[in-house]
Amino acid sequence: MNITVDADKCCGAGQCVLLAPDVFDQNEDDGIVVLLDATPPEALRAAVREAAEVCPAAAITVEERP
Amino acid sequence: MTVPADVLVVGASAGGLAVAEALRRQGHRGGLTVLGAEPHPPYDRPPLSKQVLRGAWERERAHLRSAEQLGALEAEFILGDAAVRLDVAAREVLTASGRTLRADAVVLATGVTPCRLPGQDGLAGVHVLRTLDDALALREHLLAGPRLVVVGEGVLGAEVAASARGMGLDVTLAGLGPAVLADQLGDRIGGALTRLHAERGVGLRLGAAVRELTGSGGRVTGVRLATGELLPADAVVVAVGARPATGWLAGSGLRVDDGVVCDARCRAAPGVYAVGDVASWHHEGLGRRLRLENRTNAVEQAQVVAAGILGGDRPYVPVPYFWTDQYDVKIQAYGLPSAAAEVEVAEGDPEDGRFVALYREGGAVTGVLGWNMAKAARLRRPLVAGTMTLAAAPAVNVSTRA
Repeated sequence: MNITVDADKCCGAGQCVLLAPDVFDQNEDDGIVVLLDATPPEALRAAVREAAEVCPAAAITVEERP
Repeated sequence: MTVPADVLVVGASAGGLAVAEALRRQGHRGGLTVLGAEPHPPYDRPPLSKQVLRGAWERERAHLRSAEQLGALEAEFILGDAAVRLDVAAREVLTASGRTLRADAVVLATGVTPCRLPGQDGLAGVHVLRTLDDALALREHLLAGPRLVVVGEGVLGAEVAASARGMGLDVTLAGLGPAVLADQLGDRIGGALTRLHAERGVGLRLGAAVRELTGSGGRVTGVRLATGELLPADAVVVAVGARPATGWLAGSGLRVDDGVVCDARCRAAPGVYAVGDVASWHHEGLGRRLRLENRTNAVEQAQVVAAGILGGDRPYVPVPYFWTDQYDVKIQAYGLPSAAAEVEVAEGDPEDGRFVALYREGGAVTGVLGWNMAKAARLRRPLVAGTMTLAAAPAVNVSTRA
């Protein structure tokens, strides 16, 4: 799995951080997403997929790679 | 229960798409159809009043998924065809073009329709803003004339006013409320937002009722207030709220009362669910019915609905959340901040333009608001989450646990 985030689209809702705090964080002021781990381990991937789906700005792209 | 073979989602916006995606991710391998009234593939509405209106984004950037991503869903998207009738018992939907779609489970995700002012229809230059086409038409118009009057001091009206100021327009915002967003966020935060708009050069007419739209030769020329004042306008945006798009459900037998009435699991009838702006469901944490018009609710609710369709049994008990961006101010709000609550600054300082405020009612924290302090606000979300979910466990006597 390879994750990319689009900081320009991000609205700072923090939904991704609530779902996968080991993978995503936020800037202090504007709340824009900070990607902590672009290639997370298997155990975190289900949460990452959900985060990408529920992101209210469609700012998270998950590329599934073997 | 039997897991349905075929699912029909009526509505192809954020909520409808999220149901389709969650169904696939949660293991649904059967048929999946998404019916959308608009011709566009699923797109995002929050940027319409901001990036799309300002022209910072091309329209494609508002699309929620690429064609490849939609293809990978293995869902049939029927776009540009509205649902016009639902047969609840047969779980059958008739469309405007005459299609009949039948499924084992039907999800209603038709959203809301903007309210209009009397005399608005047939008067060129008066806009509502709900769809991508609305946003593009409004943008065209804003580029053609300098004077905009926005009617409505809620989130949408305030965002449109801010975007139009950013485009260099002469903007007047008129609304019934005493302050910008006072209905949603109370007088204190509403007052701060009102000052923000005034500082940025928006003419404000608050506590002002609109008497009529004035026009000449079929084009709008201004907005007349109840005070008699005439606000001249080249364009008018009417942002006075929206109603659930439930007209097509008349005669279906479903209970409609400010939205499709659902149980705590977002079910309106056996095999019929509702999601997003159109759904009015029983929030077990609050112990009452709730309908939310916000972006995150649509996708969060979709997760619960998808799980329910696939045989799950969990109530939908979210912590409501919305955000709004106006000029360089980003506001995040968790819970149900209301005009009735007491508001206290918990962190930061309004004078510095960044703070977190807590809303309290009856001693309980009912809302958390961040003003250019998004992360700090999110970190306080558990305060309101505690209030909204403890009530869901009636066996626990909260007051004796402290």
